[in-house]
Formats: sequence, C-alpha cells, structure tokens
Amino acid sequence: MNNIKVFLNGLIKENPTFVLLLGMCPTLGTTSSAINGMSMGLATMAVLVFSNLIIALIKNLIPDMVRIPCYIVVIASLVTILQMLIKAYAPAVDAALGLFIPLIVVNCIILGRAEAFAAKNGAIPSIFDGLGIGLGFTWALTLLGACREFLGTGKVFGLTCFPEEYGALLFVLAPGAFIVLGYLIAVFNKLKKA
Amino acid sequence: MAFLLIFITAIFVNNIVLSQFLGICPFLGVSKKVETAMGMGAAVAFVLVIATLVTYLIQLYVLNAFGLEYLQTIAFILVIAALVQMVEIVLKKVSPALYQALGVFLPLITTNCCILGVAILVGNGTYDAAGMEPGLVSGVWFALCTALGFALALIVFAGIREQLARMDVPKGMQGMAIALVVAGLLSMAFMGFSGVNNGLAKLFE
Amino acid sequence: MKKLESTLPNMVIVLTLIAVVAGLALGYVNSITAGPIEEIKKQQLADGIKAVLNADELQVAEPQTRDNGAVIYYTDKGTAVQTTDPNGFGGKLTVLVGFNEEGLIQGYRVLETAETPGLGAKAGEWFQKGQKGDIIGKQAGNLTVSKDGGEVDAITASTITSRAFLRCVNAAYAALSEAKTDAQTGATTQIDN
Repeated sequence: MNNIKVFLNGLIKENPTFVLLLGMCPTLGTTSSAINGMSMGLATMAVLVFSNLIIALIKNLIPDMVRIPCYIVVIASLVTILQMLIKAYAPAVDAALGLFIPLIVVNCIILGRAEAFAAKNGAIPSIFDGLGIGLGFTWALTLLGACREFLGTGKVFGLTCFPEEYGALLFVLAPGAFIVLGYLIAVFNKLKKA
Repeated sequence: MAFLLIFITAIFVNNIVLSQFLGICPFLGVSKKVETAMGMGAAVAFVLVIATLVTYLIQLYVLNAFGLEYLQTIAFILVIAALVQMVEIVLKKVSPALYQALGVFLPLITTNCCILGVAILVGNGTYDAAGMEPGLVSGVWFALCTALGFALALIVFAGIREQLARMDVPKGMQGMAIALVVAGLLSMAFMGFSGVNNGLAKLFE
Repeated sequence: MKKLESTLPNMVIVLTLIAVVAGLALGYVNSITAGPIEEIKKQQLADGIKAVLNADELQVAEPQTRDNGAVIYYTDKGTAVQTTDPNGFGGKLTVLVGFNEEGLIQGYRVLETAETPGLGAKAGEWFQKGQKGDIIGKQAGNLTVSKDGGEVDAITASTITSRAFLRCVNAAYAALSEAKTDAQTGATTQIDN
C-alpha cells in the first residue's frame, strides 16, 4: 500500500518536470519528437531505478562524508553501462539522443533522489520511488515531445494529423521547446489547483 | 581567423544554452538578479576552461593511451567534481575577494551539464572547430567562448527577468511558466544569428 | 547494520572499493558490447552501400580515401562515395552516394547529420526517386537548388541543408572522377587504411 503511494507521488504530486523543475536540459534538448522524448525518459528511468536500488542497498557501507562521490561513481557507472548497451543494441536511439545519454550523469533528478529518498529508505520502496519519478519524467517528456511534434510537423509519433506544410517549424526548433514547456507548466499548475 | 569564427559561432550561432540546451538548470535557477547571474557566469567560465584543459589531457594521455575510452564519463565527472572542490579551496586561500564573489556558485557547478557536455565534446573532438584541427588550443578556446556564451545568455535573461518581476503577469503563468516563454523568445532572437558563421567562413576564405 | 563512521581509513577503503567494483563492471560490459558495436557499424555501412546501389548482394573492394576526406568504395555493381560537408544547418552532414558506371546517381543515404530531427533530417527522403527533389539518375558535378538557378527543388524551409547536401553529392562525384583520372595516369594517391 505504502509502496503504491510512493509510486504515485512521483507521477503527479512531485512530478520532476512540471513541479520540481529538475533535469531541464534533457527535457528541452531531446523532445523534438514524442518518440525521442520517450526514449530519453525511459533511459533516465532505467538509471534511476538501478541507482536507487544500489544506493539503498549499500547506504550503510558508505561513510557520510564521502557519500556524494560514491553516489556519483555508482550513477556514472550505470550511465556508462546503459550507453554501451544502447550503442550495441539500439543504435537508432544512440543517434537521436547523442550527447544527452552521458549527460544523464549530471541530471539532478538522479542524484537528488539518491540523496533525498534512497539514502533514507529500504531497497523495495526505493525501487518504487525510482519507477514513479522515472515514469513521471517519461510521461512529461513524451507529452512535451508530442506537443512539439504536433505543432511543428503535424505528426504525433510519426503519424500524420495534418499536412506538414501547415506546421510551425519553430516548435521543433530550440525556441519551441522553451515556449511549449512554459505553457504546459501553466496548464499543469491550473489543473493541480482545480 | 578560425579563432574568430569559433568565437562567434560558440557565443551567438550555437549558444550553449539557447540552442544546445546545456546548462539550463543554472540558467533558470540563478537568473533572478543580474548581479548573481554575473557571478555564476564568471564561475562557470573559470571552471569550464580548467576542466576542459584537464579532461582533454586525461582523455589523450590516459584514456586513449590505455584503450579505456569506456571509462570516459566516470573519469570526467570525478575529475570535474574534484576540480571544483580544489578550485574552491585554492580560491579561499589565494583570493578571498574572488571567493566571496564566486564561492556560493561553485558547489552548483559540478552538476551543471554544460561542463561535462563541453568536456565530452572536446575530449571526443566532435565540437565545431570551424575548420581548425580539433586539439588542445582550439578545444580550450572553444570552452572559453562557450562559457562566454553561457554568461551572455544568463545575464541578458536575468536583465529581462528583473523587469518581468514588476509586470502584471496572469496568475497561471506566473513564476517559471512565463520565464520559460521569455527564454523561448530570447532563443528565437538568437536564431537570427544562424547562418552567420557560414557567411563569415566564406568571407575569410 | 550500523552506518560506517566517517574515519579516514573507512572513507579511503569504501571509495576505492566502489571505484574498483565500478571499473570491473564497466570493463565486463565493455567486453560484451564491443563486438556488437563494431558489428553494427560495419553492418550499417554495408547496408548503406547496398541501398545506394540498389543491389541485394555485392562485393566491396578495399575502400580508398581521397585527400579531401571522401571515401570511395568500389564494388562490382557500381561505386559508392562517402563525403562530408561541414556547413549543414547546425553542423556536419555526411552522405553516401552511389554512382553507376556512367557516373549517374543511383541512390544516396544520409549517414550522419547534426540537424534538428524532423527538419533537415528530411534530406533522407526528399531527394529519393519520385519525391519532390528527385536527384536519382541525374548527372552529378554541379547540381544546385532552384533558388541558385539549378534544377533541384530545395527542401521546404531548409535551403541551407539542401545546399550542403548537394555540395556533398557534387564533391562525391568530383572525388570519383578525380580518382578515375588518377588511375588512368597511374599516379594513384591511394592511402591505405
């Protein structure tokens, strides 16, 4: 029961993108299409779940003063492993996300959850926390990507909704990322209050 | 001439924040006041240049030399974290005045992705060197210009946000929402520079 | 279990231990994935060559690198040339172009772009057979977009990409004809790799 609560917490109430405003670089940089946003979200979620699990398991072995470097080593190793797996088995994803895969290391969400949740809780709740926050991040990125893709090229997940010539290309470019996210946050604030 | 080209490309055409989406967290986080924006900009420039220099040498003489390229991410982030700590300690001893100005921003820099991002780009030689051979000199110069671009975007954005604080913004759009829309407009303004580098490259030929 | 104290030996031991375990794990994963990554690179290139020459099976000879960076792959079904233009929209554009014996374009594939996805990335389809900017079967050498007085329609709103793309195609043809002249005069500038 408690685990479900932890899981749902990350989806809406503490949504990393719309509420906590963490991990903005990949949020803006990889959401030029819905599928790119989703791949980035899932990649981050994978790292987050495993880093939460490992840190929850070894937290008692780590002296307090060196905990941050230890967390960083764990996270960086997980990211590198993920990067190698993606390169080997999903080269298309590697081509689309490029530099943003190694940069998952400095995504504040991951270090933030390690410090705020995994270091204080057991292994099972930490996994649920990772899943919740990770899915919250994923759906936010997918939504942002879908909006930009729709407005910019008339497609969602590559399915044409209206002819491409009528799309405002601006939304696929850099300014569109900022503007669409701004309006999505405004909508999210409104919905949360209601 | 390539130096000038890198300078203009890194600052205006491919601005690290507004078109490459690196370093967004401090861009949104510490841009409420022009003064703090300047401090952050200076701190990033300082650390970015040193970090690029050190990580490039590590890439060349350790990772490439021993075939350990797959340890790149982990090595770079540890070097950057250690470096930031060292810069903090050294600054405290050597120049308390500078430490006063930059000190509070230093811990934030470790997780600033533009540092790791630029270090990886320079380490792999995949940055836009404007026709120059990717190497130590052009890499460090690229890092410095990138940092200047970061500082420029940050300071301009902070200036706008200072004005914005006095505006009557609709309730739902207050706070981060309107800030992001403004950042979008700023990014649109910087889009006006796209293609300038190609034109200049032709001019210099 | 009680939390370890922050004493110096404890800290050093833990940090070293974690670093060693992490290093070993990475080394292990690297040894597993290094093979497939290499495989995929080769596969992509082979697929690319087959695609641009419209052949299901072919024999590729040793690739030849020219001075300007173009790489020529001679095969029994035509020739594929890989060229890069540094001035695409936002960075490098790398294209593989296939030519038949007469030097007419058989096909092409965009190998690498720094373009915004969904924008310049369209170059992958735009210039194919039957599309708006069809270049298949044309004589390369000095193809230009219609804006510059040429015969190829540029991608809507992506003139810079289109120009960079055609520069790649023209450079590929130039490299190929240069290589032919070199071969005829016997003065090959082949660099083995």
